[in-house]
Amino acid sequence: MELRYFAWLRERIGTGHETVETKAATVADLIAELKARSDAHAFAFSDIGAIRAAVDQELVEMDAPVSGAREVAFFPPMTGG
Amino acid sequence: MDIRVQDAAFDMGAELNRFAAQVDGAGAVVSFSGIVRDVEGGDLHAMEIEHYPGMTERALNDIATQAMQRWQLTDALIIHRHGRLMPGAPIMMVATAARHRADAFAAAEFLMDYLKSRAPFWKKEITATGDDWVAARDADEQALTRWQAPAPTPD
Repeated sequence: MELRYFAWLRERIGTGHETVETKAATVADLIAELKARSDAHAFAFSDIGAIRAAVDQELVEMDAPVSGAREVAFFPPMTGG
Repeated sequence: MDIRVQDAAFDMGAELNRFAAQVDGAGAVVSFSGIVRDVEGGDLHAMEIEHYPGMTERALNDIATQAMQRWQLTDALIIHRHGRLMPGAPIMMVATAARHRADAFAAAEFLMDYLKSRAPFWKKEITATGDDWVAARDADEQALTRWQAPAPTPD
């Protein structure tokens, strides 16, 4: 599965992109797995309320399924306009 | 419908003239432009705008399609820049065209409200004292609730 990180999440994790093998069922499960990868990941994902997720480029809730997804992205609330 | 995500600068006057010249059957054109606002104290060096290539275009297309369907629009335009922008530079613009102004105004506000918190852009302010990600405002999230359909009234 391809993972994408943006804005301060990208900065805290130290990369905008990584590939992982996962059996996580939901976005929340995937975050729990990622937090165990490194201190940087744990720090980046420490406040779940400040994080939004997209599965295959569609904004989703934390309980959304990720099985079969090609790309999952994590980022702070968006500030367009 | 014309959706553009680009790092290049654009001329809002020229874009608006071009848009207004080719609307078909419309009697009203409304536009909004966002520009890079200086921080208090005036020491903003630049604003950096990051985005999610691919998802950005999809989200903007989706938002514009919703606006076209919800109001009687004849056309809609969204231009949004990314990359490093100087204070005072145009960041983005939307324009809507409709037979009557009420639809054009409402659709432009709808586009802006959704763009603010549903299009994957992130702004960072570069100042003399450091860099800061711009935090999302609760008011922007709140603004979306007015566009959600009211609950059906019982007969």
